[in-house]
Amino acid sequence: MPAYVARRLIQVALILLGVAAITYLLLYMLPADPARMVAGRSATKDQVELVRMQLGLDRPIWEQFGRYLWKLVQGDLGRSYLQRTQVTELLAARLPASLLLMVGAIFCELLIGLTLGTIAALRRNSAVDQGLMIAALMFISTPQYVISLTLIYVFAYWLGWFPIGGYGEFKHLVLPAVTLGLLGGGWYARVTRSSVIEVLRQDFIRTARAKGLDRWRIVSVHILPNAVLPIIAMVGIDIGYFMGSIVVVESVFGWPGIGQLTWQAIQQIDIPIIMGVTLLSACAIVLGNLLADLVAPLIDPRIKLR
Amino acid sequence: MSVWRGLVRRRVAMVGLVVAVGFVVLALAAPIIAPYAPQEMVPGGMTADGSPLPPSDRFWFGTDVLGRDLLSRMLYGARTSLLVGLVANGLALMAGTLIGLTAGFLRGVVGSVLMRSTDLMMAFPALILAIVIASLVGPSVKNVILVIALVNTGPVARVIYAETTSLAEREFIAAERALGAGTARILFRHILPHLLPLIIVWGTLGISTTVLFEAILSFLGVGVRPPDPSWGNIVFDGQSYFQTAPWLVFFPGFAVALLALSVNLVGDALRDLLDPTLRGRH
Amino acid sequence: MKRLLVSASLAAMMIAAAPALTPWSSSALADVKQGGEMTVTFKDDLITLDPAIGYDWKNWSVIKSVFDGLMDYKPGTTELVPDLAESYDVSDDGLTYTFKLRHGVKFHNGREMTAADVKYSLERTCNPATQSPGAGYYGSLAGFDDFQAGKAKELAGVQTPDDYTVKIVLSRPDATLLHLMALNFSFVVPKEVVEAEGADFGHKPVGTGAFKVAEWTTGQSITLERNQDYYKQGEPHLDKIVFQIGQEPVVNLLRLQKGEIDIPGDGIPPAKFTEVMNDPKWKDLVIVADQLQTGYVTMNVNIKPFDNVAVRQAVNMAINKDRIVQVINNRAVPANQPLPPSMPGYDKSFKGYAYDVEGAKAKLKEAGLEKGFETDLYVANTDPQPRIAQAIQQDLSTIGIKANIRAQDQGTVIAAGGKKDGAPMIWSGGMAWIADFPDPSNFYTVILGCGGAVEGGWNWSWYCNKDLDKRADEANAMTNPADTDKRAAAWGKIFTDLMTDAPWAPVFNEKAYVIHSARIAGPEGIFADPIHIPVNYDAVYATDAQ
Repeated sequence: MPAYVARRLIQVALILLGVAAITYLLLYMLPADPARMVAGRSATKDQVELVRMQLGLDRPIWEQFGRYLWKLVQGDLGRSYLQRTQVTELLAARLPASLLLMVGAIFCELLIGLTLGTIAALRRNSAVDQGLMIAALMFISTPQYVISLTLIYVFAYWLGWFPIGGYGEFKHLVLPAVTLGLLGGGWYARVTRSSVIEVLRQDFIRTARAKGLDRWRIVSVHILPNAVLPIIAMVGIDIGYFMGSIVVVESVFGWPGIGQLTWQAIQQIDIPIIMGVTLLSACAIVLGNLLADLVAPLIDPRIKLR
Repeated sequence: MSVWRGLVRRRVAMVGLVVAVGFVVLALAAPIIAPYAPQEMVPGGMTADGSPLPPSDRFWFGTDVLGRDLLSRMLYGARTSLLVGLVANGLALMAGTLIGLTAGFLRGVVGSVLMRSTDLMMAFPALILAIVIASLVGPSVKNVILVIALVNTGPVARVIYAETTSLAEREFIAAERALGAGTARILFRHILPHLLPLIIVWGTLGISTTVLFEAILSFLGVGVRPPDPSWGNIVFDGQSYFQTAPWLVFFPGFAVALLALSVNLVGDALRDLLDPTLRGRH
Repeated sequence: MKRLLVSASLAAMMIAAAPALTPWSSSALADVKQGGEMTVTFKDDLITLDPAIGYDWKNWSVIKSVFDGLMDYKPGTTELVPDLAESYDVSDDGLTYTFKLRHGVKFHNGREMTAADVKYSLERTCNPATQSPGAGYYGSLAGFDDFQAGKAKELAGVQTPDDYTVKIVLSRPDATLLHLMALNFSFVVPKEVVEAEGADFGHKPVGTGAFKVAEWTTGQSITLERNQDYYKQGEPHLDKIVFQIGQEPVVNLLRLQKGEIDIPGDGIPPAKFTEVMNDPKWKDLVIVADQLQTGYVTMNVNIKPFDNVAVRQAVNMAINKDRIVQVINNRAVPANQPLPPSMPGYDKSFKGYAYDVEGAKAKLKEAGLEKGFETDLYVANTDPQPRIAQAIQQDLSTIGIKANIRAQDQGTVIAAGGKKDGAPMIWSGGMAWIADFPDPSNFYTVILGCGGAVEGGWNWSWYCNKDLDKRADEANAMTNPADTDKRAAAWGKIFTDLMTDAPWAPVFNEKAYVIHSARIAGPEGIFADPIHIPVNYDAVYATDAQ
């Protein structure tokens, strides 16, 4: 196990290096010119060149990237071109909010997905099953913007149960987490249903049923642990999608996370921020997947870590 | 054709099939049946202060924020959305399954290289990757399909990989091996059939997310070029109006959900019919 | 990138026309009690409050409340008045400006502001190391080039004979100099704080302004508190302003309706516009103001067939501006020349190109293109720009021009515009052009003059007319205050003459709609100040504190 983890961690480092290199190259190839964005529209050509020199953007790309890496290993992600603030500081200010939302969202996804999926599978082909699966599809097909605004209108504006967005307390977290949870929950419900049906067919379940074991015992002890494997892999993957879906939800609920920062940085070609966010989420994704791989054998002992 | 006969016998699945085929027919017939050109800003298609018009005799589905006929746009949009949904999703499924299956079964160096490449690909936040590629390659339907396929391949590969590794450890595979079955035989006769249900679920679920993902790409400038419609960009352009002009979201949203639902119904039936452990039981 | 200023506009013009409406003066507001607070929301972060760096429409007016410059505009107008300066003199040759500073003005840290601070601040903006987007405006200061190139340690054009006198010496006459001293980039910062904070000064700003920054929670909120030592008696009125960051305009409107906030800084979203304007409860709480903004289509004169003036004129005649204005809920007025109506020099009698499809077709025929042609129309990908581009595309298709829309992020569009053969057509919305200061030259030099028609420049039509450039230089040399009207007329003629060559198709001039809660108020016309958007924070008072 420790050897496996060590090897995987080395792989993680290599992947992050790959991500950094590829992103840097892609950003370098973009037609937009960051020096011009910084220098402003009253700047003459010479002034733009001065800015380019100061940002080090006149250097060959390998040298730029080398410098970036050298600073990176020292924990320095550089300063934002437009905000002039340390990128690490910007990320640190927003990371806790994003992580909190992610944890809340994954919890909601699993709660919604596992519950609906298991019920549907146990009542397979009944009206309940079909109703739940249609609901799941609706969750998946409705744009997040619409879901989140509807939740705000109903639960915050009319009923007043929750604040209209904001950050700080538990009550602020509920609506955004549920919004993300519905979308992901739809997916998990479908996958769980399929997976549970798969397990139900296997001999040991039939044996357990034949033995007359308690229904919920069968579900909780025999079925779910066996059916949960694809779900675990999905949670790892989810973290990757999370970055994309978080932008809309954050801006509707005024959640001070990474998504907002990313969106603004992309619009302004603020390369240090884009690089920082990419690396940070790459970290989260890779570690999430590693975690998923480590948890898998605990649930299904047939899987060995190699 | 026992699968086909099985499908015919399941009424729900047949309904799904009919609806899905219906969408394809409507898409193909768009130039004949659409009352207006999709990009035409119809005179009188907006109120004096620029608001869209609700459904009426003249505009069955209402008009959009530029005073264009929503029904016509949706009919033409179906062409793009079906194409993107089917092709991009299909490509991602094929590539993902191939990678996941190979890596999960072979493991070793090949498996490791494949899965680490997948990890690398997936380590990019999908949004940033899409935007950067968007700026580099420029907009076209082909690029939309490729970008979506690229972003979706990794997750499929990982899920298939996880399932394959689990299957590969099971007794019946070990038994097959002991009996001297070749790799190809085990893969295609035993493992792939067990994976089918999972593949079908992902494939059918992917339709609606792909259609919506296309909308985000449109918004970022790599999607379908305006004024060409797609269901995704119709929803996207109209979503902020969903209280004041709900038809702008309802019709295209409903179309996406209905398409997803019908494809899923067919998918569920197919899964049962193709499932090795269930074969012959129905 | 995009700067946004509200013009003197409606308010100023009304005041000029009807003297019965007394312009605001401090005495008129003497009864206003200080106290209370307000909450303003923005979707995007304010990014920085460093006056040398902040350059978007959100932080622009916040910076004006935290810092001061030598000059300012009379509230509610575009008229220049001394601010940190008590008075100023201009030499007869127009090359030397002498400013006498006010005594006893203190920075938020308690230290008195002196001439050395003014010099330091100007040098800081012009120093390439600061990377100020406004440095380019100060090119007329003597010694600017040497200072930028690092050949001189000091900016020779800024001299401080004593602690309360600043002398600005120019290398060429520049009629815009007083505007430049009212521009944020010249605002006065304390050297010791800037040096202590370094690049973090933008988040921990210290100035002489009406408000000081009390708290800045990155990505969430910024709190301003009243500067007790502010040199203007009785100002500001509010004790506290809180800026909340990061929420959708639609949701912010909802919060306004629920009474949680006072001003949604991003305005009224298009989806809710009709609803709000028809709501008796809210429509009186909307302030409308013109902006010094023009939305236009550039046509690159280097790219065929836009090298042919007849084609450019055809485009001008083919665009149905009324319908485009309708598409954006009538929040603009159709334009026929580059200058917006409230800019000095605007020619009311000028007719421009009327909407005339047949005439446009005839022009195309004249160019031998009666069958039409295919081209690209670049546009920023933020709403409502792609929508407007689609309306333009539709109009062009009626005369046979097939314009493919390239909706991309701002940076990409700006880069394409700055390439000689990059973008045949660009819809300017969202990127350009809103005046940085209320002077017509601001609408020429960079975006229509030969100086901007260079690789990486902002003259996206690449139009270069040496004769007009010469006339522009002459107009800018009219520094004598007596020549103000003559100068404005000269500028106006430059822009209308330019329309003969039609490098642009001007489409509309946008208006700003600001909605606010009943909890806050301000004198009409000052509240939505020409220079401050969404409102002049110093002029706002709380009705519940009265």
